[in-house]
Amino acid sequence: MSMVEIRNLRRTFDVSKPWLNRALERLPKQVLTAVSDVSFDIEAQTVYALVGESGSGKSTIGKILVGLLPPSSGTVRVEDIDLATEADAAVRAELRSNIQMIFQDPFASLNPRWRVRDIIVEPVRARGGDTDGLAEKLLEQVGLSALDAVKFPHQFSGGQRQRICVARALASEPRLIVCDEPTSALDVSVQAQVLNLMSDLKENFGLTYLFISHDLTVVRHMADRIGVLYLGQLVEEADPEALFNAPAHPYTQMLLDAAPALDRFGRDEDPPQGEIPDPINPPTGCPFNPRCALATDLCRIERPEMRSFGTGRVACHHAEQAQAT
Amino acid sequence: MEPVLSVRDLVVEIPTRHGVLRPVDHVSYDLAPGEILGVVGESGAGKSMTGNAVIGLLDRPAHIAGGEILLKGQRIDNLPRSRMRRIRGKEIGMVFQDPLTSLNPLLPIGDQLSETIETHLGVSHSQARRRALAALEEVGIPAAADRLDSYPHEFSGGMRQRVVIALALCAEPSLVIADEPTTALDVSVQAQIIALLKRLCRDHGTSVILVTHDMGVIAEAADRVAVMYAGQLAEIGPVQKVLTTPRHPYTDGLVGSMPANSHGQARLRQIPGTMPRLTAIPSGCAFNPRCPQAQDRCRHDPRPQIENGAACWFPLGEPA
Repeated sequence: MSMVEIRNLRRTFDVSKPWLNRALERLPKQVLTAVSDVSFDIEAQTVYALVGESGSGKSTIGKILVGLLPPSSGTVRVEDIDLATEADAAVRAELRSNIQMIFQDPFASLNPRWRVRDIIVEPVRARGGDTDGLAEKLLEQVGLSALDAVKFPHQFSGGQRQRICVARALASEPRLIVCDEPTSALDVSVQAQVLNLMSDLKENFGLTYLFISHDLTVVRHMADRIGVLYLGQLVEEADPEALFNAPAHPYTQMLLDAAPALDRFGRDEDPPQGEIPDPINPPTGCPFNPRCALATDLCRIERPEMRSFGTGRVACHHAEQAQAT
Repeated sequence: MEPVLSVRDLVVEIPTRHGVLRPVDHVSYDLAPGEILGVVGESGAGKSMTGNAVIGLLDRPAHIAGGEILLKGQRIDNLPRSRMRRIRGKEIGMVFQDPLTSLNPLLPIGDQLSETIETHLGVSHSQARRRALAALEEVGIPAAADRLDSYPHEFSGGMRQRVVIALALCAEPSLVIADEPTTALDVSVQAQIIALLKRLCRDHGTSVILVTHDMGVIAEAADRVAVMYAGQLAEIGPVQKVLTTPRHPYTDGLVGSMPANSHGQARLRQIPGTMPRLTAIPSGCAFNPRCPQAQDRCRHDPRPQIENGAACWFPLGEPA
C-alpha cells in the first residue's frame, strides 16, 4: 500500500464579487478551480515531485495534504487515514504530527520574536511532548551549532533560516514532509547545501517527501517520481529518466524546451507561444489545447483521461504522436 | 570600435555607523555596441548596485566614491542630476524585476509610452502616440491598438514585462540595463521575454547589461559574462568559455553546485560557507575562506587583479 493515496482530488475557490455587487450588476458567481480531478500515489520513503507554472495548483495540493485546506471533493488518505473525514480526534492529531511542511520563504515562516529553540520545539510542545535538549540536537543534525538555539531568526542568513525550518519540521519525528518550493528563495550555492541536507535526512530518518517546485533541474535531481501539473490537472506522471528523455505530453515537452539550459549557448529558437489561460474560464476539453500544436477537435471537446503510458501515465489524446515528434 | 559603456575602477561606498561599506569595489568592464553582458552573482554580490551606479540611481547614502563611468566616451558619473535625467531613458533604458512596480498603475500604458517619447524625442503628441503603438506592436502585444488605453493591471505578468521593455526601448537608447527581468515570470514566459530582448537589441544595435542570478538565462542570452563576488569582479569573459572552463574557483563552485550539473550524483557539489557580509569582507582575496585551493598568498597579499579574465592567484586550468 502506498503511503499517500490521492483520489479524484478537486478544490475550488469562490472568487465572486461581494453579494451586493452581484445583485446590482447582475453578475454570476465565479468559481476558480485550483485542483481538478487529480489522482496519484506516493510510495513510502520516496520523493514525489509536483512541477508546474504559477496557478497550476501545486501549492494547493500541498496544503490539502497537510490539512491546511479541506478538499472540495475527492479523498486524500495518508497511511490509510483521511484527515478530512476521520472522526477520532486522537488519530487526527497523531497523523498531523506525522506530516510536516517546509515553506518557500524562510524570512516569512519563522516568528521574528521567538528564539530559535522555541521555534524548533513548538510542534512537540504543542502536543505536550518532552523538549529537553531537542532543539540543540536538531540544530546539529541540520548543520548549525547548538549554541544557535538562543538566537533570533534575524541573526541568520537565508540558507541558515531554511535549515531552521527543516529542523522544526523534523522535531515531531514526521514520516512525510511537504516541501513547497524549499529552495526558490535561495542562491544556487546555498540551494546545493540545503538540497544535500534534505537528501541526507531522507536517508537517515526514512522520510517521504512531496517536493513542490517550478525548477525542473532541481526536480530532476531530487525526485523518484514526477507529476506535471497544468491548470489544476495532472497531465503527465513518470520517473525522472523517462520524463526528461522522452516526455509524452506536449506541455511537458514545451516546459523542457523553455527551461534555460547551461549548454544552449546563444540559443536562437522560437520560444513557446502563449500563456497559461485564465483559471476562472479554462478552455473546454484538454486545458492545453489552445497552445498545443497537435490539438484536434477531439482535444477541444473532450478532456483526456489519465491513462497508463510506458512506465508512467499521461493525460493526452495524442501522446503516441507527441512522443514521436 | 569605441565601447558604448566603459566602467573604470568603479567604487560605490555606503557610510554607516559601523564604518564605510563597499558594495562595489574596483569594478571595471567595457561594453561593445550590440553586446549583451551578463552579470551573475549571488545576493549581495553587488550586481544590482553596479547597474544602479551606471544609471545614477543609487539610493542615499550610497554614492560613487571612485572610478569613472563613460557612456560613448563621455563621463556620466559626475553629471548634475538634471543632466542625468535627460540621459536616463534617452541614452540608457532600464528594465526592472517586477513589471508591476515599474509602471504607473494610474495611467494607461499608451500615455506612459507617449509621455516618454515626447519628453526624450521632442515629437508632437499625435506622432508620439503613433510611435507608442509601433513600439507595442514590436514587443508582441496582441491587438496593440486596442490596448493603448488599458491600465497595467489589465495585463498578465509577461505582457506587462513586454510593456516595460517597450518603454525602455522607445527612445532608442544605446544601452539597456535589465535587472533580473525574468525572475518574477514562469519559464515559458521567461523564454519569450529573453528571446524578445535578444531580438530587439540585435535589430536596434542596443547593448544590454543583463543582471541575473540564473546561469541558464545567461548561457542562452549573453555574449560575455561577468561573475561578481563580494562587490568585486571574480571573472569575466566569453560566456561559453567561462561556464564550461571556469578559471576562478568561485565560478567553478557556482557552476558545479547547479542541480543541472549533478550528472546523476546523489549529492550536489557545494561551496562551504556563505557570502561574507559587507561589514566583514576577509582580507586578501575575498573568496579565500571558502576556496578549496586557498594558500597563504590568498590570505595575506592584497586582493588579486583580473588577469586573463580571472581575479585569482592560482587560476584553474593552469599549472601552479
